[in-house]
Amino acid sequence: MTGRARDDEGADAVDEAEQLIEVDGVEKVFTVRRRAGRLRRVREEVRAVDGISFRVARGEMVGYIGPNGAGKSTTIKMLTGILVPSGGRLRVAGIDPAQQRTRLARRIGVVFGQRTTLWWDLPLKDSYELVRRMYRIPDAAYRAHLERCVELLDLAPLLDVPVRQLSLGQRMRGDIAAALLPDPEVLYLDEPTIGLDVVSKAKVRGFLREVNAERGTTVLLTTHDLTDIEQLCRRVMVIDHGRLVYDGGLDGLRAAGGGERTLVVDLERELPPIEGVPGARTVRVDGPRQWLAFPASQSAAPLVAAVAAGYPLVDLSVREPDIESLIAELYAGGGMRADAAGAGGKDGRAL
Amino acid sequence: MWYAAVAAGSFRRYATYQMATVAGVFTNTVFGFIVAFTYLALWHERPHLGGYDQAQALTFVWTGQALLATAALMGGGLDELQERIRSGDIAVDLYRPADLQLWWLSADLGRAGLQLLGRGVVPMAVGALAFPLALPGDPLTWGCFLLSVLCGVVVSFALRYLVALASFWLLDGSGLALISGLAGMFFSGMLLPLRVFPGGLGEVAQLLPWAAVLQTPADVLVGALRGGALVRGLVFQAAWAVGLLALGRLVQSAATRKVVVHGG
Ligand SMILES: Nc1ncnc2c1ncn2[C@@H]1O[C@H](COP(=O)(O)OP(=O)(O)OP(=O)(O)O)[C@@H](O)[C@H]1O
Ligand SMILES: [Mg+2]
Repeated sequence: MTGRARDDEGADAVDEAEQLIEVDGVEKVFTVRRRAGRLRRVREEVRAVDGISFRVARGEMVGYIGPNGAGKSTTIKMLTGILVPSGGRLRVAGIDPAQQRTRLARRIGVVFGQRTTLWWDLPLKDSYELVRRMYRIPDAAYRAHLERCVELLDLAPLLDVPVRQLSLGQRMRGDIAAALLPDPEVLYLDEPTIGLDVVSKAKVRGFLREVNAERGTTVLLTTHDLTDIEQLCRRVMVIDHGRLVYDGGLDGLRAAGGGERTLVVDLERELPPIEGVPGARTVRVDGPRQWLAFPASQSAAPLVAAVAAGYPLVDLSVREPDIESLIAELYAGGGMRADAAGAGGKDGRAL
Repeated sequence: MWYAAVAAGSFRRYATYQMATVAGVFTNTVFGFIVAFTYLALWHERPHLGGYDQAQALTFVWTGQALLATAALMGGGLDELQERIRSGDIAVDLYRPADLQLWWLSADLGRAGLQLLGRGVVPMAVGALAFPLALPGDPLTWGCFLLSVLCGVVVSFALRYLVALASFWLLDGSGLALISGLAGMFFSGMLLPLRVFPGGLGEVAQLLPWAAVLQTPADVLVGALRGGALVRGLVFQAAWAVGLLALGRLVQSAATRKVVVHGG
């Protein structure tokens, strides 16, 4: 797997486009009461979102990642208006979500992977019919959107099935279609691929890509699956402890995290650790298999050539750093390393 | 009004619970017989108890059985709402362009409609075949009865909605649901018509909202409320319906504020 090359021309076009989501210094502080001793209770503040700022242009597809409890869902809730920020300024399509939740509701779609809005005991199509009426979707548009959803998400065999009988992946596809029937300008997805198998994930991703390309729907998605981001998003934002620690391209993130890729080589026989390969160091040896770490920003090709020249190479693979360790490194390092920021590309910003 | 689609969906949903409906009809009918024989013994000893003759008393019994599920006299019907509040799913409902109370009222009316047909008609018919009932002959009284049932269901909904909203503050709402279910059984006239209650208790009970749920519709059907008294009965129901729905809106906005400010 290789990182998707960024299309810089495309990025420029996006920069000039209308800013659909504007977030300026937004905070969310929860007050929780905690027991301290037998009767005493103390109030504690949880800074779930701690002053974040970003902009998303119309038509962008942005990944929003971070470890558990980082503040992703809290951010999404504030963007939908079902949670009022404690501070900062927030605009979606020019609307203050918390002030005009219902007005905004007609223009956004939301999918919380863990929650469903479908009618539990009724066939899937009944929920869609209700969405049509609730959002007053004109008949022709409704038919067209439904047809597209049914085709791309493979819903045809599910339309007459009561929602309670759907599997998790089927239900999720059903929920995503319901969110998109009103043809929203923005779609927020909070872990849309959680618990899905490979086939369902692929369907969901293909559908989102299509919707983004065809309808120009702006998409903000949180996930713990880096593959979602790799396949869908040109831009990724990383949040940890309520702060944005990275905002930029995926390649930049790799470099920024100081992430290292690993070249795994299988040799003909057991040999001492490989030496003399510039830019790489051998980190592990297990029989004929050896692991070589090298900077994420560096190409693997010269390494492979160097190893092949000096050793009896049988097989090889390149492993990308996984997202969790990237984030962990990012945070432990107090944000991006300055040198890596440069290597990360022009839209990778140290935050 | 697209909320009609919510009611229709809810109607269809309850229609899928065919086993529950059959079991409910059976239970209502059996209980109808038990209570009817008890009343027969009671009215034999004390004719014109509470101003009802024997046929009226028996009609009261079967009306109670017919409306038990329809007006959710023992609570229930909003379990899903309570569950959504408890699990936090309610937050997702807030971003839809829909009013929470209207939504659930529509759903509850759909449920009540199905249960009136599914669980009301059969016990009433069985009762009418097995006992001499004082059922009205004119369509106008039947019409007033249905209107009164509608008002009763709305009052019942408004009460249960308040109970469900309490889950926003209570960790476990089942205790409150139990108490309100018992209150519903007792103060609606389900166990014994409220007019039969002695002295002050009976008078007070007839002013409480639960009286609007069963006592009033049953009195309309058995002909205990006629003319001006019938109009006053309907106004009494409507007043409680409006008052409790308004209170529900107040509590709802407090609950919404709690969710959007404190995150549930
Ligand atoms: N209603 C609430 N009351 C108090 N604290 C809350 C509330 N909601 C969230 N938090 C806290 O805010 C922080 C951020 O939570 P949030 O749900 O946004 O995380 P997340 O990034 O979505 O995590 P995950 O990947 O686990 O879904 C956590 O520490 C959480 O405990
Ligand atoms: Mg989350």
